[in-house]
Amino acid sequence: MEINLPSGEGGLKLPEFKLGPWLVPLFLVIVLLGSVGSLFFQIGPDEVGVVQRFGKYVRTTQPGLHMKLPFGIETVKHVKVTHVFKEEFGFRTVAAGVRSIFEGREGNSKNMRTSSGGDPFLDESLMLTGDLNVAIVEWIVQFRVKDPMQFAFRIRDPRETIRNMSEAVMRLVVGDRMINEVLTAGREEIQIEVEQKLQEVLDSYQAGIQILNVILQDVTPPDEVKPSFNEVNEARQEKEKLINQAWEEYNRIIPKARGEAQQVIREAEGYAVERTNKAKGDAERFILTLEAYRESPVVTKRRLYIEMTQKVLPGFQEKWFLDDAQKGILPLMNLTAAEKGRSEQ
Amino acid sequence: MKQPVTALLIVFLSIMGILILNSAFIVDQTEQVVITQFGEPVGGPIAEPGLNWKVPFMQEIHSFDKRVLEWDGYPSEVPTRDKKFIWVDVTGRWRIDDPLKFLQTMRTEANAQTRLDDIMDGITRNFISRHDLVDIVRSSNRILEVKTRDEDMSGEEAYEKINAGRDNITRQILEAARTIIKEYGIELIDLRIKRINYVQSVQYKVFDRMISERKREAEKLRSEGNGFHAEISGQREKELKKITSEAYLAAQKIRGQADRESTRTYGEAYSKDPDFYAFMSTLEKYPETLKDGRLILTTDSDFLKYLKKAE
Repeated sequence: MEINLPSGEGGLKLPEFKLGPWLVPLFLVIVLLGSVGSLFFQIGPDEVGVVQRFGKYVRTTQPGLHMKLPFGIETVKHVKVTHVFKEEFGFRTVAAGVRSIFEGREGNSKNMRTSSGGDPFLDESLMLTGDLNVAIVEWIVQFRVKDPMQFAFRIRDPRETIRNMSEAVMRLVVGDRMINEVLTAGREEIQIEVEQKLQEVLDSYQAGIQILNVILQDVTPPDEVKPSFNEVNEARQEKEKLINQAWEEYNRIIPKARGEAQQVIREAEGYAVERTNKAKGDAERFILTLEAYRESPVVTKRRLYIEMTQKVLPGFQEKWFLDDAQKGILPLMNLTAAEKGRSEQ
Repeated sequence: MKQPVTALLIVFLSIMGILILNSAFIVDQTEQVVITQFGEPVGGPIAEPGLNWKVPFMQEIHSFDKRVLEWDGYPSEVPTRDKKFIWVDVTGRWRIDDPLKFLQTMRTEANAQTRLDDIMDGITRNFISRHDLVDIVRSSNRILEVKTRDEDMSGEEAYEKINAGRDNITRQILEAARTIIKEYGIELIDLRIKRINYVQSVQYKVFDRMISERKREAEKLRSEGNGFHAEISGQREKELKKITSEAYLAAQKIRGQADRESTRTYGEAYSKDPDFYAFMSTLEKYPETLKDGRLILTTDSDFLKYLKKAE
């Protein structure tokens, strides 16, 4: 089989091209383009550029587009000066967000802390308190670059330096406190002291780093001890409950008793009024009666006597009238029958 | 004719380039350099950054970091003077102070790191084992001032006065190490105890102690709760008795006064004619008291005397 390429007079004609004469200009263009690339540099809004000529520091540039000598004569180091860096101790933020995911922390951690091997960062957070107890302290350190020159040239590994020294200083400060202070009231104080001391250490290295914040996160007793700490909290609640119950009982009874006491007093007062009025009434009646009686004593006395007899007599079922001469009638009376009959009614 | 000249020129330029590249070297702001000629150091160390020259091929450059370098030791198990086994992890910062000496004794930084490990480990052990644990943990006696028996959680040993303190011990370690390490052209800038932990077996004992102390505290709180409960109940009882008895007292007083007054009233009235009072009150009482049963009256009674005869 033969393939016939279109050729001949009507075929495609390639222009004559020779590379030779273009070689030098092409080379120059490449060099020029390359130098343009290494001639300009851009500094972001949150950084400064530290320019070195043959390794020696020459100038610091602010954000924007700048020029430098090309071909590695001048090099630029970008130092983020406004950026706030953060280091975490005892835990790591795996994914930051509205609901951040942490590692080495209770709650939404991937691997739950078991006896002692669970938390991969327990080494960082486990520390001895001044009263020789053990606490787990998690914290963060926020810092920024204070002096870009020092930061770039004075220390080799600023991050590792901050990490090591934060741990050392935190333990120094916690080592001077009791566990109860560490767990509860002393947090603020610890943060301030660590911040100051860490700054002193870094300044002594001329690290060019400004510590912005030291913030304690979870501060807890070790897992093994936690239940007993909770027990204390429960006991504290229980104590409050018992006290409240006692006061509740108190409040239930005492005000009522006060009311009842008032009742007793009022009743007594009622009695007093009644009694005095009654006495006055009786006295009044007696005096008035006496006045009338004195006007005709004999008749009145008799009348009163008869009136009384009239009132008394109907009250008896049996009435015996005996002559005063008659004596010894008692044996004749059927007392028992009468008694019996009465009791049967 | 033209071709060989160009070729020669290219070869010459290439040789020149190689020579320049081999003799020029950059000392970075972060570096210091020692030049050796066939292995032997020549001239002083170059600490000034910038472009420098050396004899090509014959001389070799050794650059070392000028910055503050990190050193982080391995945790080592050390007994304290009071026979407590602890893990001690020390960290430090150093700098190559004399690159020439450093080159002669250490050659490389990695070598220096392992040497530092060895030296620091030994010195740390020495100093740690010379002190009690409290001395290593605490830097001051602050804890003794703020301590309240109330929240006491530890054995007596924890509240012993410290003599040196962590700050001092680390400073001692630093001083001791500094003189040794100086021999290697290294300046030890700082040294700190990064971590101290109990070894596992001791840790469990400490946990046990903490647990028992917490339990004690819980028990105390509970008993305090019961105590307060009882106290308040007692208070309540007392107040209750007080209230009722006071009410009784007041009531009796009021009644008594009323009785006194009424007695006086009666007395004043009835004493006007005691006989008539006796007569009146007796008559009044008869209908109330004399009823039911059998009434036996003799005919000589006032009431019946007319029954016998109307006189």
